[in-house]
Amino acid sequence: MAAVSVENLCKSYGKVQAVNKLSFAVEEGELYGIIGPDGAGKTTLFRILATLMLPDGGTARVAGYDVVNDYRTIRNLIGYMPGRFSLYQDLTVEENLNFFATVFSTTVDENYSLIEDIYKQIEPFKKRLAGKLSGGMKQKLALSCALIHKPEVLFLDEPTTGVDPVSRKEFWNMLLKLKRQGITIMVSTPYMDEATLCDRIALIQNGEFLEVDTPRHIIDRYPDVLWSVKSDKMHRLLDDLRSYPHVKSSFSFGETFHVTFYGQGSPGELEAYLSDRGHQSVEIRKIAPSVEDCFMLLGRKGKNGK
Amino acid sequence: MENEVIHTEQLTKCFGSFTAVDHISFDVKHGEIFGFLGANGAGKTTAMRMLCGLSHPTSGKGNVAGFDIATQGEEIKKHIGYMSQKFSLYEDLKVWENLRLFGGIYGMTTKDIARKTDEMLEYLGFEAERNTFVSALPLGWKQKLAFSVSILHEPKVVFLDEPTGGVDPVTRRQFWELIYHAADRGITVFVTTHYMDEAEYCDRVSIMVDGRIEALDTPDSLKAKYHAETMNDVFQQLARKAVRQAD
Amino acid sequence: MKQFYSFIKKEFYQIFRDKRTLLILLVMPVILVILLGYAINTELNDVRIAVFDPSKDTETRHVIERFRASKYFSVIKELDTKSEINDVFKGGNMDMVIVFPENFSARLHKREANIQLIVDGTDPNQAYMLTGYAGGVLSSYQMELLERYDIPVQIQTETRMLYNPQAKSAYNFVPGVMGLILTLICAMMTSVSIVREKEMGTMEVLLASPMKPIQIILSKMAPYFVLSITTLVIILLLAVFVMGVPIRGSLFWLALSSVLFIIVALSLGLLISTLVDKQMSALLVSGIGLMMPVLVFSGLIFPIENIPWVLRWISDVIPARWYIAIVRKIMIEGVGVQFFIKELCIIVVMALVLITVAWKNFKVRLC
Repeated sequence: MAAVSVENLCKSYGKVQAVNKLSFAVEEGELYGIIGPDGAGKTTLFRILATLMLPDGGTARVAGYDVVNDYRTIRNLIGYMPGRFSLYQDLTVEENLNFFATVFSTTVDENYSLIEDIYKQIEPFKKRLAGKLSGGMKQKLALSCALIHKPEVLFLDEPTTGVDPVSRKEFWNMLLKLKRQGITIMVSTPYMDEATLCDRIALIQNGEFLEVDTPRHIIDRYPDVLWSVKSDKMHRLLDDLRSYPHVKSSFSFGETFHVTFYGQGSPGELEAYLSDRGHQSVEIRKIAPSVEDCFMLLGRKGKNGK
Repeated sequence: MENEVIHTEQLTKCFGSFTAVDHISFDVKHGEIFGFLGANGAGKTTAMRMLCGLSHPTSGKGNVAGFDIATQGEEIKKHIGYMSQKFSLYEDLKVWENLRLFGGIYGMTTKDIARKTDEMLEYLGFEAERNTFVSALPLGWKQKLAFSVSILHEPKVVFLDEPTGGVDPVTRRQFWELIYHAADRGITVFVTTHYMDEAEYCDRVSIMVDGRIEALDTPDSLKAKYHAETMNDVFQQLARKAVRQAD
Repeated sequence: MKQFYSFIKKEFYQIFRDKRTLLILLVMPVILVILLGYAINTELNDVRIAVFDPSKDTETRHVIERFRASKYFSVIKELDTKSEINDVFKGGNMDMVIVFPENFSARLHKREANIQLIVDGTDPNQAYMLTGYAGGVLSSYQMELLERYDIPVQIQTETRMLYNPQAKSAYNFVPGVMGLILTLICAMMTSVSIVREKEMGTMEVLLASPMKPIQIILSKMAPYFVLSITTLVIILLLAVFVMGVPIRGSLFWLALSSVLFIIVALSLGLLISTLVDKQMSALLVSGIGLMMPVLVFSGLIFPIENIPWVLRWISDVIPARWYIAIVRKIMIEGVGVQFFIKELCIIVVMALVLITVAWKNFKVRLC
């Protein structure tokens, strides 16, 4: 049985179609990522699955229960961490955890083993008010609170937004550990580099999935050969790449530009073209695409399709 | 000195017994894109507030756009631009109303505002949105617009506080193209970000750890120095040294 | 039950950590009672009067002595010419001028002696009270005259303030303050504290948890129920022992109607919290929507009888107005339940309606 199964799910706010006919299934024990920018519909989807919002159409089941009719049952089975860290800022770390434990009719001791790894890191600060914690620590506390009742399915809506890269990495390590303990995790993020850590990902934009698969398969399906281009005049390079008629797409990626060609284009010709325009130490290398490359390609297709 | 838009010497800010910014010294050159990185709570925001003349340093010196940050805060505010992810534009005003408002705040003449507005909307391809309420624009557009507004008065330096958070990958890149163009026009850009690939776009990058600047160089030199493939690796190595946890 | 207890404990932590909330809960009632009871005083004290007395005979002296002897008046000036009258009022340091005619004694015996009282009419209420008090002084003097000269009995008036013989304003204010404070604590603070959970996102987590909505609501209300009863006791103690306001009627009925009114106010708070999403809006709605009408319509400032009928009709839907009426009847008049059964029934009906509406409005989801 799928941990989450969704069919033709729709939700709109006025004219805006926040979630548009989504269908997908999350297997038990899977770490499933919803990857997309702000405003793509991630939060709406999570709220519907967490039984906090009624869909306009379609059905969604969590752990086999319907999100509309069996919402009470679902609320006993899931852990939910909303986009903003929903902690009581004026309660201490310890008080927050104890409170959420009793809300879920359990105690901190009962499931301590589950949160031990995470909670140990913030335990030295357990007498501190949650409002006075750093972003990374709030995130750990919020995760501990969402886990304290040993949920079957964990919904994490943008847990790493606004958190620095180090804390983000630690957070994903925690998720991988939880996954090993058999908890199904559905997580959303705007950071594309986090996608590769998921078992399967759904790329979402404007309320629609662009693609659903393992990160590996999505990357393998990238249709073009991707080149990274670098020169000594990086600011000008982008304009020059765009002016080269055989370049199909060019996007900055860290210290290089990622470029694809139409049929006639080739790296050798491009190098000559750039040298003519005064670029020196031009470096063109064939590279493997990342999830972000795929997202941008699919995202543009999605837009053109309309 | 002529070429330095930002110059700090031993700049320090304490809150009680807590030293948020601990004797930082650095220079930012004219027309440079300067990446200001650090983990949550490393002291970035406090340092940025001092540079914008919003917060008084406990000790040390600082100079922005030729003005002293301790004594000439008001002058600094006139000569810098500022944009953050959290607040940028008034959602309940139309696009042109926002432009007129911010132009007015920075003392531009009505004629200048009108001319710059036309130029800017054309450059962004937003002509059709002149009368749209900002709240109705997609996030990426808002951010691009907010950046353009922050440099409407042609400031010497613009401070960007996590300008691209949550923006889709395509728009994020378009945003950086705007930054490039501004820098090419001679506007110095001082930017914080959590996206490490964006750190690579900067001319130079500083990484703050526990209130101090732990590293400052071009991305290439930093990667070479720390034997790292990417700026993310450099950041991970440095930020892990952090001892303190509080914001 | 464990959930409930834990929730209430958390609620008290939050209340006691928020200095502003504590201030409103504990200091404000005390300040309000004292402020309204003492500072904003409608009793007359130390009325400054001047006298223009061209006759200067024994009778006028008698009258003036009477005023001097009264604890309400102090004669601070004797005027020599009529033109000075205007001047003393313009100076703003005179409340009333007593003008005697010439040859007062002689006129008195011809029964055509008139005394003119000139008061500053910019505050009509104050002016009426002044002339009323002065009339009292004069009629007691008239009594004396009757005895002295044995003139056939004239009709004399005697005014007595029922229930409040000394016209103490605390009698009027204490019930009003009780209505006001209970509305404030129950409706305003409850709605703000629920809406704060919405704003901070914690409501999202609570809703997605196994806690039933009824549990969430009851545990949000319970602490404010306890606090409002505490505050009520403080106000009553202050009223009885500091302000000297009696509780003439039954303590049982006072407690019962207070509890009923608290339930009404809590339901109002819950209703507001279901309608708005921001703490600021909750404050505005409960502040302007509830506090203002309570102040204006509850008889706290103006007597309800003086309010135009359209507005009075509006005042009928303000629960505090009925509660204040009950408290007046129990505490000041000391009458039995048959005299305020109507008001009590209205409150019970309001409680039932509000609870139903608020309950129906409380969503088990976000929207």
